[in-house]
Amino acid sequence: MRALVVDDSRAMRTILSRILRKAGAREIREAADGQQAIELLAVGEPPDVALVDWNMPNMNGLDLVVALRRKAEWRRIAIVMVTTENEHSQVVRALAAGAHEYLIKPFDESALLEKLAILGFQMPEEPGEPELADNFAGGTLS
Amino acid sequence: MRVGIGERTSSVPVATEQFRYVQQLVLQRSAIVLAEDKTYLVDSRLAPLARSLGLKDVNGVVDHLKAQRDPRLEQQVVEAMTTNETSWFRDLRPFDALRRHIVPDALKRNAATRRLRIWSAACSSGQEAYSVAILLEENFPELRNGWQVELVGTDLNTEMVRRASEGLFSTLEVNRGLPASLLVRYFSQEGASWRVGRALKARTRFIQLNLVEPWLALPNFDVVLLRNVLIYFDLNTKRQILSRAVRQMAPGGALMLGTAETPTGLCDNLEAVTAEGTVFYRAKGG
Repeated sequence: MRALVVDDSRAMRTILSRILRKAGAREIREAADGQQAIELLAVGEPPDVALVDWNMPNMNGLDLVVALRRKAEWRRIAIVMVTTENEHSQVVRALAAGAHEYLIKPFDESALLEKLAILGFQMPEEPGEPELADNFAGGTLS
Repeated sequence: MRVGIGERTSSVPVATEQFRYVQQLVLQRSAIVLAEDKTYLVDSRLAPLARSLGLKDVNGVVDHLKAQRDPRLEQQVVEAMTTNETSWFRDLRPFDALRRHIVPDALKRNAATRRLRIWSAACSSGQEAYSVAILLEENFPELRNGWQVELVGTDLNTEMVRRASEGLFSTLEVNRGLPASLLVRYFSQEGASWRVGRALKARTRFIQLNLVEPWLALPNFDVVLLRNVLIYFDLNTKRQILSRAVRQMAPGGALMLGTAETPTGLCDNLEAVTAEGTVFYRAKGG
């Protein structure tokens, strides 16, 4: 799997890239905003999946999604919006613009892995009990 | 780990002696065996409880239990330890098998009675039951025409049953495996939470049920989802629960276990059916 990570936070790009590697990504490119992403995409093979933040300088994530959907060779890229924007109407807008999936920050690592699985990018099989994973985040006791 | 917020405050890990106390308590109250290597689970699940009680760490919770009998805190500890973090459409493939094989077969078989009953055992906060409700709504519109559809979720934990019935989920919860297109179609927003829609709620009900006690008032089911439940029990209890689950199946009904689970050595009365890259079971001769 080839991946593109677009987020203006370097820390977030690092975290997302690490999870993508876990999911089996071999080639990961990073961009700090939509404009940079477009420039990156002008060279090399298009990625299979792009993780796109919404609020970024220069070109925001929603505009990037629209741009990716306009160009034939980028249409096959599976897009996951990964953003703090959490309104029902915003999820609808992102999907209408052409994003396939939507993940609201903050999120558990498993949540991103599951979104990738929905898009057909399965994590390499791991032995052990699936339920008692080490990344338990205490989400049900709030 | 959780991404996008600060790391959880670190705490003193549970001491071995304290772990054994929790292990015994959970075993007595729920018949669930906590393996020796699950101390991290005690740390992560009891830490929020320690914080809410103003105690320093998890060891403090156990100290409190040892010092005085506190049935309410005991119950809270057992519930925290037996609660699973669940996702929607967990493992994906079992839901493909439901959609392409199990449900179509059941609809053919029940064409005369026009009744479909599905059981989500150890349902936690209801994600599995609601996932099935979504699957039915998306793929079997004919069920809206005079079919009686009953999805029953049961759990040991009363708080989980209450939460499942309420159908209100946090953002963290809806992030877990629920496709965004289904989130916007079947949920409405309430502040920072998401409420499951009426169409799904109308077909689901949740009741408290301890799998190691008698199963009163449960009907027979066309589909029994007993996924990732047996792993928590000792061998004898596994056998008992599984054979009772088989008796709870309607003729021709299907049973699903967790991806890593098998009835081999537990029950001779089941035959495996492979479909969509997963396995489900039917009663022999059923």
